[in-house]
Amino acid sequence: MLFRSRFLVLAAGLAVFGFAAARAAGSDTLLNVSYDPTRELYVEFNKSFADEWKKASGGNTVTVRQSHGGSGKQARSVIDGLDADVVTLALAYDIDAIADAGLLSKDWQKRLPDNSSPYTSTIVFLVRKGNPKNIKDWDDLVKPGVQVITPNPKTSGGARWNYLAAWAYALEKNGGSEDKAKEFTAALFRNVPVLDSGARGSTITFTQRQLGDVLLAWENEAFLSVQELGADKLEIVVPSLSILAEPPVAVVDQVVDRKGTRKLAEAYLQFLYTREGQEIAAKNFYRPRNPEVAKAYASRFPDVRLVTIDGAFGGWRTAQAKHFADGGVFDQITQGKK
Amino acid sequence: MAGAVGWQFRRPSVLPGFGVTLGITLTWLSLIVLVPLAALAVKASGLGWSGFWSVATDSRVLAAFRVSFGLSLAAAAVNAVFGLLVAWVLVRYRFPGKRLVDALIDLPFALPTAVAGIALTSLYAPNGWIGAPLMEWFGLRVAFSPIGIAVALIFVGLPFVVRTVEPVLQEMPPEEEEAAACLGASRIQTVWHVVLPSIFPALMTGFALAFARGVGEYGSVIFIAGNMPGLTEIVPLLIVIKLEQFDYAGAAAVGVLMLLASFALLLVLNLLQSWMRARHVR
Repeated sequence: MLFRSRFLVLAAGLAVFGFAAARAAGSDTLLNVSYDPTRELYVEFNKSFADEWKKASGGNTVTVRQSHGGSGKQARSVIDGLDADVVTLALAYDIDAIADAGLLSKDWQKRLPDNSSPYTSTIVFLVRKGNPKNIKDWDDLVKPGVQVITPNPKTSGGARWNYLAAWAYALEKNGGSEDKAKEFTAALFRNVPVLDSGARGSTITFTQRQLGDVLLAWENEAFLSVQELGADKLEIVVPSLSILAEPPVAVVDQVVDRKGTRKLAEAYLQFLYTREGQEIAAKNFYRPRNPEVAKAYASRFPDVRLVTIDGAFGGWRTAQAKHFADGGVFDQITQGKK
Repeated sequence: MAGAVGWQFRRPSVLPGFGVTLGITLTWLSLIVLVPLAALAVKASGLGWSGFWSVATDSRVLAAFRVSFGLSLAAAAVNAVFGLLVAWVLVRYRFPGKRLVDALIDLPFALPTAVAGIALTSLYAPNGWIGAPLMEWFGLRVAFSPIGIAVALIFVGLPFVVRTVEPVLQEMPPEEEEAAACLGASRIQTVWHVVLPSIFPALMTGFALAFARGVGEYGSVIFIAGNMPGLTEIVPLLIVIKLEQFDYAGAAAVGVLMLLASFALLLVLNLLQSWMRARHVR
């Protein structure tokens, strides 16, 4: 009995003390809902931001919680009520869907510089050491006997960039002929033996299962694979033309206004554009927007001609409706295949 | 069986707690099963009848249904045969390590299905421990083909048959089989005329459970299937694909179709089971 009552007093005391401490120091939390391969990036970034915030606000601590998963799935969680203060996803289309649900204003992409994408990436080829099939450019991917590994564009945001990069290349090479581009893309997907549902799944298929001759991957994922598995097994091949992948970020208006975290959330995203934020992105193999930082890491990111989603496809909504919706071009080119 | 004449909602009984427990049961069932299923139907109704029909008759959806239901039936059939064998061994014989084998049966219940899927894929992939020799000797591709899907479904469905047949076998006195043998029945006759009829209803239940589990299985299949449209694409993947396009109504429509098809099949299995029971249990 004695022990029990003492324990209760102790617990109550601790609880009161805990409340008081939280009030006094002003601790804040943010939830950043992101997609799969940014885990390492944001772990590092959150630490820097917390330090910065402590200095700027006179001792306030901020805790940033992270949630990772497939980009589309993450967007659906936010639509269904996950309290995300900020979203940092793989494509603008996913944030558009959140905007369509009324959680943030539809012109969200104009609020921050560079289409609200503080860092970019592109699509490159990952091949086995020595490049045994001598793969140099997109044309080599449609040759008979070459196996291409890519996730399913219907389930993976990253795979949509892969598909569009191939399409953009074929379109340019054939003087803008859509029919030729369709033929080329169809030939490419005939060489795909397995359609994984996500980018990490495809990376595993290629690196662990040893299936396929070339993996279409985000540049940052390709770098990570080489780093993890060793440069003695894999090589990165940069094609002559690729697409500028712009993973966008946005504050979710409804959530931050309800929780009173708008100032913090906005500062968090703006910090991505600072020199320090850009350095962290570059260190994690994302191409920085800041020209000075880009210059400092130039050896890491080879020059490649990049088309943009807005320039070549008229934006994500148009691209999505034409290529990936049910009955769209992707369905047409995979339908005839057996 | 007492006939409908004297039926009352609540018959007087000495057993305690009928009213309370029935109330809790119905509330609980509504919250956990009925309301979510109704919500599914409501979501799907957003499409209208013609929209629903176009989803239902889409060639890709039909192909996925063939894959999901066909392979689930095949896997459940394999499980019925080998699950019965396992149950037989576990109940009728004593051997060292029996408890371990018994515990192993439940493993597919406990293991996250994605883990199972990844493990099976690395084993049966063309460069895997089992996949490589199969490929080399028989030219048989297991992972990334319909066979791979069947393997995954056999794995997740195994415990159902074993665990439903086991108690029935245990109840059956071995003397019955011994009596059959004394009366001059051959071993095959004993199995066919004595053992199988008594355990058949339980076997069918296990079969139906394994089948139902297979139809809904996503996690383990997705890694080993290869997911090629029209060939190794399962119905649950189609639902995920539709969700990925924020097409909630379309996803719900496929879900409802799946529910209807599963329900119809389970109904048929149940009828078959009660018919068998009526024939053999006097």
